[in-house]
Amino acid sequence: MTVQELPGAAAYRPTPPPAWKPLTDPAPLLPDPEPYRVLGTDAVADADPELLLRLYAELVRGRRYNAQATALTKQGRLAVYPSSTGQEACEIAAALVLEERDWLFPSYRDTLAAVARGLDPVEALTLLRGDRHTGYDPREHRIAPLCTPLATQLPHAVGLAHAARLKGDDVVALAMVGDGGTSEGDFHEALNFAAVWRAPVVFLVQNNGFAISVPLAKQTAAPSLAHKAVGYGMPGRLVDGNDAAAVHQVLSEAVARARSGGGPTLVEAVTYRMDAHTNADDATRYRGDSEVEAWRDHDPVQLLERELTGRGLLDDDGVEEARAAAERMAAALRERMNADPVLDPMDLFAHVYAEQTAQLREQAARLREELDAESDRHGTDDGGTAR
Amino acid sequence: MTTAAATAGERTAKAKPATMAQALGRALRDSMAEDPSVHVLGEDVGTLGGVFRITDGLAKEFGDERCTDTPLAEAGILGAAVGMAMYGLRPVVEMQFDAFAYPAFEQLISHVAKMRNRTGGAMPLPITVRVPYGGGIGGVEHHSDSSEAYYMATPGLHVVTPATVEDAYGLLRASIASDDPVVFLEPKRLYWSKADWSPQHPTAVEPIGRAVVRRPGRSATLITYGPSLPVCMEAAQAAVEEGWDLEVVDLRSLVPFDDESVTASVRRTGRAVVVHESTGFGGPGGEIAARITERCFHYLEAPVLRVAGFDIPYPPPMQERHHLPGVDRVLDAVARLQWEADN
Ligand SMILES: Cc1ncc(C[n+]2csc(CCOP(=O)(O)OP(=O)(O)O)c2C)c(N)n1
Repeated sequence: MTVQELPGAAAYRPTPPPAWKPLTDPAPLLPDPEPYRVLGTDAVADADPELLLRLYAELVRGRRYNAQATALTKQGRLAVYPSSTGQEACEIAAALVLEERDWLFPSYRDTLAAVARGLDPVEALTLLRGDRHTGYDPREHRIAPLCTPLATQLPHAVGLAHAARLKGDDVVALAMVGDGGTSEGDFHEALNFAAVWRAPVVFLVQNNGFAISVPLAKQTAAPSLAHKAVGYGMPGRLVDGNDAAAVHQVLSEAVARARSGGGPTLVEAVTYRMDAHTNADDATRYRGDSEVEAWRDHDPVQLLERELTGRGLLDDDGVEEARAAAERMAAALRERMNADPVLDPMDLFAHVYAEQTAQLREQAARLREELDAESDRHGTDDGGTAR
Repeated sequence: MTTAAATAGERTAKAKPATMAQALGRALRDSMAEDPSVHVLGEDVGTLGGVFRITDGLAKEFGDERCTDTPLAEAGILGAAVGMAMYGLRPVVEMQFDAFAYPAFEQLISHVAKMRNRTGGAMPLPITVRVPYGGGIGGVEHHSDSSEAYYMATPGLHVVTPATVEDAYGLLRASIASDDPVVFLEPKRLYWSKADWSPQHPTAVEPIGRAVVRRPGRSATLITYGPSLPVCMEAAQAAVEEGWDLEVVDLRSLVPFDDESVTASVRRTGRAVVVHESTGFGGPGGEIAARITERCFHYLEAPVLRVAGFDIPYPPPMQERHHLPGVDRVLDAVARLQWEADN
């Protein structure tokens, strides 16, 4: 709509308020129109073969981990498992681009990223097993607790990265979120804070097509999720989330940019969730087999395997070796998960406050009595330890 | 437990009238000077010094990296504070007004309150969330809520509220020093209340969680906190003419709750009235009355009564005087204890 100015009237041009000046030129912030790819393109020539082999081994292991964890839900050993099968390239790259001093802020689906970062596979599963909320010390591993309320971990990543920079440490925080999570207010607030503070944060959106059953088209009207970055004044990058080399490269660049004081980046990795939302979900209610089948041709493990074998970097023995290593990991996980965890019910009261309140001391004493009475009745002296 | 009389004796000759707002500002300043990990953040806390001027001068003295004007986003402010605390800082967050803290509830409840517990004690979050709360300042809608019951219902949070200038300083220092998150409720209508107080020789910092007897008495206990303390003190004074000798207990801390002090007082007096301005239904008074009944049933000579705000959304300012419990309503409640007292 254009407004006709009255003839003879002095042209009125609003001047922006004095404090306002654009910090950033929007053009370089715009994402590429197509997801960036490395595998099967000329760019692969620049990729480090050793890195590709490492990524491959991790992808194979990750795929097996997802399958094993899902199987454990069927045996009642895990309360629930949100598989990331199909998304392993994002999970692994997220873990591998970080230096030891960096921090990872995973969502509830990102167990694999935590394990790839070096977390004990059993400790990584305590939340989903139901014996403890967080089975590891976040500071020791620099992995925030797996986060269930969507997008709420994103402002934490910003605050941590900001604090690290204030202290003069060149630490980067990488925060993961799903496509559905980008609709949450915390997503917006985190990106805005990060950009204003130029915090060394990288946001990785795994766009796997669905938020439980809701497809992306009902989640956003934006041309891409990466486009959301532009309005905050940070670059948005679109990458093929099934191309491990591409995700690794794009995230590495974003991490380097953050580390050198360049501020945050939003990376959208386009991928697909091959399994249902969790083991408890029925995906046939909201998507057809043909769609899933179409994505099988673009499987992240296969893509990398084809590239490596095609270039002679990997032979049948190598493939076999990777699979055998994954199998050993799965067997160990199975075995350890088949043992009942030893729980102390008194832990319920141990970590609410630094010092127990009088009220909690009373309640703890009551539970102690109940447990003692219970073990008297059962003639056991295990103090109520139960799975 | 300190009494008003005892602290009066400790005052130095240098003491001169200071407001609660000044004492709060001083507590922030002293905490920041003492501990470089203390950071203040919020809306307008820097150049402006906060809409109530509590943070006045902090940005000038400590720089805007330690007293930071944030974007206007309460969840973002508190969420960023979580990350800062994870990295070893002690953030003090200012929520501009009580009802504007609600966007941050998700962060407060799901993360701030639970992080220690979720991580089995590995990651405590020493965050202080300052919330100006309550009515009586003629604020329009959304500027006068008393939201303490929401905070009290969340395990993992400490909830404290000063009623005096000295406590404003001491409790805020203690809250910032606490390794646990504290929701620090500032009774905004007492911001300009004054007392003889010397910022050069501030009151010793007491650990949070102890109530204090502000006025000893024998015939009934008024249990109160924050903005209702002056109301209760005035009521106790007025009740003398009716032959009542009222004890006034200032809770100071709602979580942890000082059962011991409250129980001791009510057992002495045999009667109790809980006074606060937040709504009665589902409000703190119900919890407090229940605790008293459980612990003092055989000592009670009358039912525990509550004097609270009405169960209505906070009224428009021209009507708020009808909602806020005043001296008369407290005295009426005391009179309702009378029948049993005569027997
Ligand atoms: C704040 C919040 N609302 C709702 C839920 C319930 N919920 C769990 S997962 C999920 C879908 C998330 O989708 P997306 O962000 O795309 O992540 P994905 O599952 O695809 O990894 C929902 C709605 C939640 N965990 N948190």
